[in-house]
Amino acid sequence: MKQLDRTELSLLVALPALILAAMVLPSWIVNYVQVSLGMGLVALGVMIQMRAGLVSFGQGLYFCIGGYAAGLAGKYLGISDLFALLLIGILAALIIATTLGFLLRRYREIFYAMLSLAVSMILYGLLSSTEELGSTDGFNLPVPTYLGMAPSGEAARMTLFIITAAVVVASAIALNRLLRSSLGYVNEAIRENELRVEYLGASAHNAVHVTYVIAAVVSSMGGVLWALSLGHVDPEMTNWTTSGSFVFVCILAGTGSIVAPLIGTFLLEILRVYAVEISPNTWQMILGTVMLLTIIFLPKGLWSLLAKSSTAKRFDPEADANTQPGE
Amino acid sequence: MLTAVAIAVDGLGFAAWLFLSSVGLTLIYGVMRILNIAHGGFYALGAYASAWAIGLYVQTGNPVALSYLIIPVMAVIAGTVAGLLIERGVLRFMYGRDEVLMVLVTYALFLILEDVTKLIWGTDSYVAWQPAYALGTVDIMGIPYTVYKLAIIGVAVICGGSLWWGLTHTRVGKLLLVVIEDREVAGALGINVTKFFTVTFLIGATLGALGGALTAPEISVVPGIGAEVIVMAFAVIVIGGMGSIPGAVIGALIVGFARATSVHLYPPAELFSIYLVMAAVLAVKPYGLFALSEGRKI
Amino acid sequence: MDVILETRDLKRTFGAVVAAHNINIRIHAGEVMGVIGSNGAGKTTFVNMVTGYLPPSSGEILYRGKSMIGLPTRVITRKGIARSFQIPQLFQELTVIDNMLIALTIADNPAPPVFKPAIDRRLEGRAIEALERFGIAQHAHREVGTLAQGIRKLIDIAMATVSDPALLFLDEPTSGVSADEKMEFMGTLIEALKSSDTAVLFIEHDMEIVEAFSPRVVAFYEGTILADGPTAEVLTNDKVREFVIGTEFHRTADTEGVA
Repeated sequence: MKQLDRTELSLLVALPALILAAMVLPSWIVNYVQVSLGMGLVALGVMIQMRAGLVSFGQGLYFCIGGYAAGLAGKYLGISDLFALLLIGILAALIIATTLGFLLRRYREIFYAMLSLAVSMILYGLLSSTEELGSTDGFNLPVPTYLGMAPSGEAARMTLFIITAAVVVASAIALNRLLRSSLGYVNEAIRENELRVEYLGASAHNAVHVTYVIAAVVSSMGGVLWALSLGHVDPEMTNWTTSGSFVFVCILAGTGSIVAPLIGTFLLEILRVYAVEISPNTWQMILGTVMLLTIIFLPKGLWSLLAKSSTAKRFDPEADANTQPGE
Repeated sequence: MLTAVAIAVDGLGFAAWLFLSSVGLTLIYGVMRILNIAHGGFYALGAYASAWAIGLYVQTGNPVALSYLIIPVMAVIAGTVAGLLIERGVLRFMYGRDEVLMVLVTYALFLILEDVTKLIWGTDSYVAWQPAYALGTVDIMGIPYTVYKLAIIGVAVICGGSLWWGLTHTRVGKLLLVVIEDREVAGALGINVTKFFTVTFLIGATLGALGGALTAPEISVVPGIGAEVIVMAFAVIVIGGMGSIPGAVIGALIVGFARATSVHLYPPAELFSIYLVMAAVLAVKPYGLFALSEGRKI
Repeated sequence: MDVILETRDLKRTFGAVVAAHNINIRIHAGEVMGVIGSNGAGKTTFVNMVTGYLPPSSGEILYRGKSMIGLPTRVITRKGIARSFQIPQLFQELTVIDNMLIALTIADNPAPPVFKPAIDRRLEGRAIEALERFGIAQHAHREVGTLAQGIRKLIDIAMATVSDPALLFLDEPTSGVSADEKMEFMGTLIEALKSSDTAVLFIEHDMEIVEAFSPRVVAFYEGTILADGPTAEVLTNDKVREFVIGTEFHRTADTEGVA
């Protein structure tokens, strides 16, 4: 481990803070935190693709693969160990994403969005019509055990929370490394100008493929953790509207920092719970309006308000005028 | 043999519905380069408006015969009002922006439309079976079919035919075809592209609403139908090649027959057969069967 | 001198249009040559074919004696053939130094490492050094999209040279540079490239620049090579005067105001 940057330090500080908070705060809030940590990992998967200029409207696919892989392993193999389930989810995502990646890496822009949506809907169709897996109702997961230990009651709740938080923090630090790595830089370059990337001697296809697989793995971990904390999976996990909500989080929070989508997911989850209660029929309208306003007025998301130095440059009037044609 | 006939008739029926629901989407993409997720919202608006109006009309004891007029009228009203508000109110400020960004914008608009529909018509389901029921059924080789379903095939042919005639025989249509074929040439010819955008968007929105309005008598109109139909429409136009109208015909036929085949031979595969076909076509033909040309880069 | 690149009967058609045909060129290690010809004469098509962007319809491309046909651009780049672009192909929203760092990172790693940090002091030093060679280090922390065309052209070329190519194609390096700065601009450029043993082929419309900087000139006309030889000879060739320089004169005059 070389030196940590500020984001990584704050993530490390956040871990004990989260655990401490979980001990004091009422359990319903802790529940939301835990659920949104799982979903936050999927949003991170969407985000690292966005950094390469790719918008996935089908990230729910891997959210669902993670959840169902864990569920199936519990249902048919009787596995309830969290780490084993996590590993099974990762393996499933790894195999499927590596295969699908050969198809998806050829696509950019709206075609990438459409194709990722299409493959996620294949799974949706498949699961919705599979009666053995409860069709659209889905099925329940086992209560997780931990390397042979089976805590109960409050201890079980806390254990799952601590492990979830630890996995998310570790993943976020790894992804932060990814963004600063050569691959991260190449991805930025692909977003800006793929032609130049090829002319510098790198394969944009390979970079996109690797990024796609990493995003899938992270999302599947989110799926396993989410499913275990809810104790249930259903095909809605891979419906395109679910994938859309992950995209929404990234647009709203911005892709400037790895922390942004995590916080964004949590705030959205809390907001959703209240909004659905107060006014169930205008909730999506509020979401849509906020999203429109964000796109128009804060193209780099809410996070850009915090990171002022990078926003100052955004308002240089020459910046847009000089954008070359044919990009 | 019987199954083959059933697949053929059902396939055509599905294809007709798919074509009507997706041709507006491909038209808008072809001309404006906007992949309009809000199209699903237009479909839902059309379905609700038509089911609601037919319900009101029939309840008051009016003859069913005239209810067929309500369908296109409500589609035009829903499509025009929503289309105008969205195009004039939001989209026109964003023309020329990145295509992916426009997908996100129309996704936001889709979310808004979903709730607008709920605010107007609530969350209860609407049924307006009378127009479909009144036409009765007809036997094709011993299998009963509702005449209404067959009539939709006719409507799809008429809509597709008149759209194609309009594009190839009117001045505006020919110019739109030029814009679809080659944006740069269109600019060079001095066509004021944005002038045509409003018209195109309204036609596309109305077609989407018409798809919903025509389907309303056959289904129970409930929240969420917009989200369902938009992914089917995506499959259709992506297979055919986004922006291509002949592509939408082919795409609708392929998806329609794929779905009919699985319905009759292996029902559980119904939903995913559509996307499987889409992924299969794209694996071979990355930009659909009738892809639009891209300009030179360097 | 060693021949590093040789093309044999290179041809490219677009439908019924023949964009290039009968292209036979030999480029020697370390030489500087100019390419002239009006727009549409096949100059960029030639560069696109040799760099793997555009597959030739027929013909052969030999680089150090080995065929390059069918290889993708990135592989050809790694073998030592680089190019700049008429319209600079940069990462618009990133800073100049980030553009250079990406170029260096890619040059150093055929497959980008996933978790190893991309940037270290040493790499930054190399980036600054490269920028200094082209006289643009003072812009290092500006966003590329905000800079003037001439500076962006230099960044474009600086990025193409980070891998120390054996052969460098410059596609109209002075287009977009104002007329009275062209000479100085080209001087900076050739000076920066001289330190390495790179063969440079530059496409140029200004005959004064061609005369000043390249001992050898190739003239393109209607998709093929009209003349190839020492600069003084080619520029005084009757056909070249009639078909290339004659039209060039008008072209230069027309576009001067725009630049």
